[in-house]
Amino acid sequence: MIDLSLLPDGGMRWLDASGPKGSIVLSTRIRLARNLQGYAFSQRARDADRTAILTRVEEAVSASDRLGGGVGFRLDQMERGDRQLLHERHLVSKELAGLDREARPRPGAALLVQGPIGVMVNEEDHLRLNGLRSGFALEEAYANLEAADGELGQLLPFAFHAEFGYLTSCPTNAGTGLRASVLIHLPGLVLTKEIGKVLQGLSQVGLTFRGLYGEGSEVVGNFFQLSNQTTLGKSEEELLDHLGKIVRQVITYEEQAREMLLQNAPTEVADKTWRAYGLLKYARSLSFEETMNLLSGVRLGAGLNLIPGLSVYTLNKLLIFTQPAHLAALEGRSTGDPELPTMRATYVRRVLDAEAG
Amino acid sequence: MVCDNCKERDAVINLTQVEHDSKVTLHLCEQCAQEKGVETGVAVLKSPLGGFITAMGKGTANLLPTPADGLRCPSCGATLKDFRETGRLGCAECYQAFNTHLRDLLRRLHGSSQHVGERYAAPGQEEADPRHRLLDLKEQLRRAVENENFELAADLRDRIRVLE
Repeated sequence: MIDLSLLPDGGMRWLDASGPKGSIVLSTRIRLARNLQGYAFSQRARDADRTAILTRVEEAVSASDRLGGGVGFRLDQMERGDRQLLHERHLVSKELAGLDREARPRPGAALLVQGPIGVMVNEEDHLRLNGLRSGFALEEAYANLEAADGELGQLLPFAFHAEFGYLTSCPTNAGTGLRASVLIHLPGLVLTKEIGKVLQGLSQVGLTFRGLYGEGSEVVGNFFQLSNQTTLGKSEEELLDHLGKIVRQVITYEEQAREMLLQNAPTEVADKTWRAYGLLKYARSLSFEETMNLLSGVRLGAGLNLIPGLSVYTLNKLLIFTQPAHLAALEGRSTGDPELPTMRATYVRRVLDAEAG
Repeated sequence: MVCDNCKERDAVINLTQVEHDSKVTLHLCEQCAQEKGVETGVAVLKSPLGGFITAMGKGTANLLPTPADGLRCPSCGATLKDFRETGRLGCAECYQAFNTHLRDLLRRLHGSSQHVGERYAAPGQEEADPRHRLLDLKEQLRRAVENENFELAADLRDRIRVLE
């Protein structure tokens, strides 16, 4: 069992809903893809190269002002449940954690964390620097990350090309290597059936959307990750500025949709919210997917002040701690335990009862 | 599978809807899906941006021409065929080895192949003199005009302007 208490806030300060637009936007995440000169990219690298890369990155990180003194996790030496736990906290990708069927983490796969910055080592690219913030906070997330990247770039030789920019394993990331994503809750647009238009519009302005866990994941509970599609031919500031503008627009649409629902269908919205709350509070067995969908309904109600005394922070915590690996760790079971749905219901009930005081 | 709606044409899309907390999955043909307001992959392809959109993600490598498959990176040994199959390049040097193919692909993916973001020089390495880069681009422009590759020429002209 890994000791997550080593992370001062469990790597989850972003959950506290303290950031701007916290009731609609859960988190802002920016990642920079970097590779070291002189080694093949991760997929083609030999195991000896991968461990050598990890050693070099570890040395650079401990010599850095901003990243030194952090915590490291060797994914390749961890049990599956623990790896899944880090993935559920959005600290590592599915690929790095080796969670796909039959997959194992690559030798040298690691996560280094210092404050709001995480560095995945030996992911698809040698380094993936991640900056995570609560709410809608692109500028803050980038300022931190850029400084850490600048420091590492002076300690390690990154692969860079005058024309193509930072060189990445997949050409879809070349150039800036920057992907910014905003995790946003859009129940209003889904209920008013406007979501299709919005998502279609996104692809026309060079943005893309994904599910809760990023690439390849399904959309559950009306949570969407909106991010930039292209990484080359525009500066970092332009990319962030463009994403920021569009996300602000989507937030406005969502607020308008919620306003419209309140005006045109107040009973239906209240009913939906309270039904979801009732199920969460009294159900005796809950699947993770059902929990997500119910939390979405309750979150909408909390955002509209329909459910007094229920904080978004509590709902964010439920979102994380009802996930299979978290629940299993909490209860000392395996993630495949058939009793997990019962335990999930008990856990949700306990948290909601405590909140109601 | 036959379309759940018209029960005639083949279903090409699975539409999952959650209503009253129960999940309903409909298997629809392209036409019925469109009538229900769902943008199908087929329809996306027909739009002017279709080529661009499908170029994203795993489909990227398929945009490259096949005859050059045997082209090999001298540094890591990866071939253009490997890239076509995996969608991943072997190493940083592959960008130089497959230069012309990648430039074309990057322009289709990102709308440009010229990085305009932060410049970087590795510790102990000075960034290449921009004047050399400019001469190189002008030479490329001359060749592009010679070969009547005007799309590339326009792109090169833009890049030269940025540097100048």
